[in-house]
Amino acid sequence: MSQSNIMPGFRPTLAFTLLYLGLVVLIPLSTLVFKSFQLSWEDYLSVITNDRVVASFRVSFVTSLAAAAVASLFGFIIAWVLVRYPFPGKRLFDALIDLPFALPTAVAGIVLAAIYQPNGYIGTLLTDMFGLQVAYKPLGIVVALIFISLPFFVRTVEPVLQEFDSTMEEAASSLGATRRQVFVRIILPNLLPASLTGFALAFARSVGEYGSVIFIAGNLPYVSEIVPLMIITKLEQYEYAGATAIALTMLVISFLLLLVINLLQLWVRKRSGQL
Amino acid sequence: MSAIAYPINEAKAVERPQALRDPDWVRWSLTAVAVGFIVLFLCLPLGIVIIEAFSKGWQTYWSALTQPDAQAAMQLTLLTALVTVPLNTVFGVAAAWAITRFEFRGKSLLTTLIDLPFSVSPVISGLIFVLLFGAQGWFGEWLSAHDVKVLFAVPGILLATLFITFPFVARELIPLMQEMGSEEEEAALSLGASGWRTFFWVTLPNIKWALLYGVLLCNARAMGEFGAVSVVSGHIRGLTNTLPLHVEVSYNEYDFVGAFASASILAGLAIVTLILKSALEWRQARR
Repeated sequence: MSQSNIMPGFRPTLAFTLLYLGLVVLIPLSTLVFKSFQLSWEDYLSVITNDRVVASFRVSFVTSLAAAAVASLFGFIIAWVLVRYPFPGKRLFDALIDLPFALPTAVAGIVLAAIYQPNGYIGTLLTDMFGLQVAYKPLGIVVALIFISLPFFVRTVEPVLQEFDSTMEEAASSLGATRRQVFVRIILPNLLPASLTGFALAFARSVGEYGSVIFIAGNLPYVSEIVPLMIITKLEQYEYAGATAIALTMLVISFLLLLVINLLQLWVRKRSGQL
Repeated sequence: MSAIAYPINEAKAVERPQALRDPDWVRWSLTAVAVGFIVLFLCLPLGIVIIEAFSKGWQTYWSALTQPDAQAAMQLTLLTALVTVPLNTVFGVAAAWAITRFEFRGKSLLTTLIDLPFSVSPVISGLIFVLLFGAQGWFGEWLSAHDVKVLFAVPGILLATLFITFPFVARELIPLMQEMGSEEEEAALSLGASGWRTFFWVTLPNIKWALLYGVLLCNARAMGEFGAVSVVSGHIRGLTNTLPLHVEVSYNEYDFVGAFASASILAGLAIVTLILKSALEWRQARR
């Protein structure tokens, strides 16, 4: 791209961008890092290795993994159906996929609690028929996280599927491949990078989620207490150092996830560039 | 390879080969699973909000919405959006202009940093402002000495929302303006138009739909943010409760109609957002 000197406004726009970025994002975020420097390594370890904190990390990771897996499985089917099959009301269903983006998490939280609590709309059915309680159990957290993370998977895989070059399928079929072979050998490998990206995005969102979870989780220490709630509990007890230590750990984990996601997206772009 | 495949395909334009189409039973069952999942997980919650809100009748619904605390929460939510959305919009346009119209060192780092708030948990986004402005925070002593309240007050809510909604407009504009290139603007400038005139007459008409799209998403998040705002607000009824926080407070006090009545307003906002979003996507696709 050639740059001419005729475009105006470089200095003021860049200066404003940097100033605003610094004031709104970088300075606030750096307090977390500086605050954690005040902690000694022993203090940090004693916070992080505390039984209840470890349990909350386990709850967060296990439920997020489960939710990302379910959201990926059904998200894949949804993306497939929305791209490949014509059916009435398709555009409406497609638009609805973004509902979890648009619906405030607190609203999602109380509605899901109302649906899945033991005497709720679906909760009654599940308790009567299978003796299964969803709300106020770790399973409730998984349900809320599936709701939250579904669009992340669908919206990542959908465009890749849309641009998928069907001449490859045609070539395979003309060479005598069955439908199953075409799906397993051609379609699946080509959608793998995008699917992994979608899974990672769903997982990353789930780990940090707070609003939709706390209403349905029951928030029982050691059982259904998630990491973000743990941070809030520490804050409410004025244990700022403890809250900072947990938050920093979370932040490092989400940056690592971000790195993984970026590498995956690079892979997606390379893959589609090669085709 | 495709050169061989195409004639075969055209010859069988009506009847596609077996290996290219899914059998009917697969088609039907996958469509049923997808539609069933969307109905169960997305449509049902939306319907339940409305059913629960009106479960005690129109009168109770109306009085739940018109009580002073709910009204104050709505006003604070509107104020939050009115302050944060324009600020982040101006930032988004300025950042997109600097990043897409000029070459400079550290550009890709800057683009990454702009997206940073998206990867921070909402609770941590609130926490950092507690660490800055809380009693034990960096500015805590100075603020209390000068009797300025940031935390557990409106400024804290505005700052946390500003942080959370920071990337929305910029990340819509940057890829679009990158793709557009600057030839049209250069033409206008070389014909003697001023910088502002070029922006308003050349750039803005080209980016207006993407800009609206970003503003729309930014607004939805600003009005609906819960986690970050919950940490900095202090939950003072009638003073520092936004509408999502009012939903939580009402729900925890077993005022379910009150909670769902406020929730129905936010669900309405979500539906309007989705409709406008679809309309904007349709417009952009036609361009």
